Amino acid sequence: MSSTSSSHAPHARPADEVILRAEGITKVFSGTVALDEVDFNVYRGKVNVLIGENGAGKSTLMKILAGVERPTEGKLLLEGQEVHFLGPRDAAGHGIGIIFQELNLFPNLSVTSNIFMAHEVTTRGVVINEREQEKRAKQILDRFDQAINPRATVGDLRLGQQQIVEIARALSQDVRVLIMDEPTSALSTAEVAVLFRVIQELKAHGVAIIYISHKLDELLRIGDYVTVLRDGRLVAEAPAASVNVNWIIEKMIGRDAESFFRQKEHGRGDELLTVKALTLPRPLGGEDVLKEISFSLRAGELLGIYGLMGAGRTELFECLMGIRRGAEGEVWLDGQPLGGRTVADRIRQGLMLVPEDRQGLGLVPTLSVASNITLANLRTFAKGFFLSRREEEGVVARVIEELSIKVSTPRQLIGSLSGGNQQKVVVAKALLTSPKVLLLDEPTRGIDVGAKAEMFELMNRLAAQGLGIIFVSSELMEVLAVADRILVMSKGKITREFDRAGATEEALVAASGIGHGPASKG
Amino acid sequence: MREIDIQAEAEVKPRRPGAKRRNTRLRVLLFRMRALIALILLVATFSLLSPAFLTTGNLLILAKHVAINAILATGMTFVILTGGIDLSVGSVAGLTAMIAGGLINHGLVLPTFGVAVYFNVWLIILISLAAGVLAGGVNGLLITRFNVAPFIATLGMLYVARGFALLRSNGSTFPNLAGDPELGNTGFQVLGSGMALGVPIPIWLMLLFGALGAFVAGKTPFGRKVFAIGGNERAAELSGIRVKRVKLLVYMISGFCAAMTGLIIASQLSAAHPATGESFELNAIAAVVLGGTSLSGGRGTVGGTIIGAFVIGVLSDGLVLLGVSEFWQIVIKGVVIILAVVVDQLQQRLQGQALR
Repeated sequence: MSSTSSSHAPHARPADEVILRAEGITKVFSGTVALDEVDFNVYRGKVNVLIGENGAGKSTLMKILAGVERPTEGKLLLEGQEVHFLGPRDAAGHGIGIIFQELNLFPNLSVTSNIFMAHEVTTRGVVINEREQEKRAKQILDRFDQAINPRATVGDLRLGQQQIVEIARALSQDVRVLIMDEPTSALSTAEVAVLFRVIQELKAHGVAIIYISHKLDELLRIGDYVTVLRDGRLVAEAPAASVNVNWIIEKMIGRDAESFFRQKEHGRGDELLTVKALTLPRPLGGEDVLKEISFSLRAGELLGIYGLMGAGRTELFECLMGIRRGAEGEVWLDGQPLGGRTVADRIRQGLMLVPEDRQGLGLVPTLSVASNITLANLRTFAKGFFLSRREEEGVVARVIEELSIKVSTPRQLIGSLSGGNQQKVVVAKALLTSPKVLLLDEPTRGIDVGAKAEMFELMNRLAAQGLGIIFVSSELMEVLAVADRILVMSKGKITREFDRAGATEEALVAASGIGHGPASKG
Repeated sequence: MREIDIQAEAEVKPRRPGAKRRNTRLRVLLFRMRALIALILLVATFSLLSPAFLTTGNLLILAKHVAINAILATGMTFVILTGGIDLSVGSVAGLTAMIAGGLINHGLVLPTFGVAVYFNVWLIILISLAAGVLAGGVNGLLITRFNVAPFIATLGMLYVARGFALLRSNGSTFPNLAGDPELGNTGFQVLGSGMALGVPIPIWLMLLFGALGAFVAGKTPFGRKVFAIGGNERAAELSGIRVKRVKLLVYMISGFCAAMTGLIIASQLSAAHPATGESFELNAIAAVVLGGTSLSGGRGTVGGTIIGAFVIGVLSDGLVLLGVSEFWQIVIKGVVIILAVVVDQLQQRLQGQALR
């Protein structure tokens, strides 16, 4: 709209030199074409942003660049020389590092061991030189201004800190090209700022960064070049300075971006859920995880909860669902005090949680789409001891239709669906328990723009049907666009409440930093 | 400005719960050393209850028994650290004992020439060890190339190796492995019954295997890779670790340790029995678990395993001295193993909280 309508904007200003070039890359996986003759330029000392919806082929292209996969056709040119990578270690030897989307750490080992895994510092090639490794690990971690102990076990770190260890690992090898596949998905705002500073520093040292993310505002803030993939094809490449968010969305989904964030005001119903002074002590003492949380939710309302990682958002949901024991306070649902001790009790009373960790907690990967959908509700389909297949199929077909889940057959394995569709299956499962209040923990984490829009529309539709919905998100734009009312949490407390009219980005960020030391907002 | 934030946060945290945290740390440390503490308590108890326990003679016999299980368990530790299991070690020990016994008593019979070739003892030991490594290698290949679950692959090997052990002598024992001076193959008993500096050879071997194992697991890149695979196999693959090769090696190590065990037993008895090592795999697994190694892989130490083997050894030796019925001993052993895992779970939870 604003800028380029011709997809190939003039690029490569004289100073910018291509360090790595992929030419005519095609990748075929058992019949399906994941990449179709894609050209991709990586500029030295620049942040090369790669975007596209899930399934557009970004991750496949990155795996090829990092030597994890081999292209079916096409070639890679590193500094003008054609290269063939035999494996990830070979690519690393050529100075190409990668930070994968899913964390690839060893939770059982120390931070130092993780950083130097598979390229240990040794004395005479035999014994690991722990002291030297620890020293270097400390140097790398110092660049992040993080109080991470190199001896700490990675599994004990917060998710954001783990992400930093992952990045430190890539930096511990001399990289010329560093691929970052959604590096900020687990980072708090402060940690993102630190990461961006490290990226600037790497750029200054001539390291080329390939950066993948779904957070569009972030991409434009950090990127120098933007490349867009759609359905395995290259659709556009342009200097970041010449494009805007609308241009990106348009290129990504191939249609107008106007429909993306549509706001709807909901008629508010009766009070559905009331939480009074909910407090969750830490098991071995210390600061309470949740402190005197009080709020209420009306039928048909979309309540957003914003906060940094570790603010207690997930813990709040877990308390409501009866997963966490030992919470004090009162919770009323539809005029009844919430009783029972188990998750099953809470589900029966009308609460349902869609967890943040879709893969780990929301789905059974070895089962079909249909079986996953009916998993929480098997009793309904039971005829005596047996499951009534016909009834099950009927219901499954109905919800697949209603939520427009894209499947070729309900029997296909859940793992073969895209992230957005998997998320819809989890929501479908939750809806079949006929909840009064739906708790969504980061419902759009790791799904692409198009799927996000659909998820918001679904949430709107459910709210219009009279469901109360509470959702947690760390993405400012989303909370602002979707929620009727916003609670901000910080350090286990609700620090502020906004209605739609009064909420601004700045105010939310400020409220989420309360209790985090003196200068949370300058 | 943001950087200031982070540091402020880090500094604010440990204020109030400082004392409590230190307390938890101590508890974690005690938990971590639980196998050693259990061992010390057991030794103290038995010394008080039976004057015969804390004598050099008894301790040497005890350690000699422990050595067999400890060597087996050292190899098992590596396998379990990768998240696998090796059920075949007892049978492989039996098979190598029979191979060694057969070679000493009857040599290698070459039917086409109508002669039997006799090797000297060193060569026999090498051949037997190679057979153990080969058996482990087959396990490893089945697991890495054919994707057979370790439990199944090594269960199969348990039967196959035992079957071959029985076939070797048609089920009978090779007696009297003293060798014949004329054939130049004497001296096999030294391995199991010999002494060096007043200490039986098997104990030296246990110390050697234990020290070597602890060194490899704790100090070398190979050891680190073993832990990495047990912690997150996919991540190991993506880090450029040759996962299949490491796993293959780990089962070969286990086979090697099993072969060593079989040789020691045959040498001690100066006879090779096809049932040698039956159900030893379970003792080895028990020692590994008692030593604090997690059955899901990625966490544990060889040192712990050796201590675990001593806990089992001291327990049975002490109970015998006290005249506790053999059947009760079995019950007690089972209870101790279960207890060890329960305590391990407690430690995990405590540790997680201490560092949060």
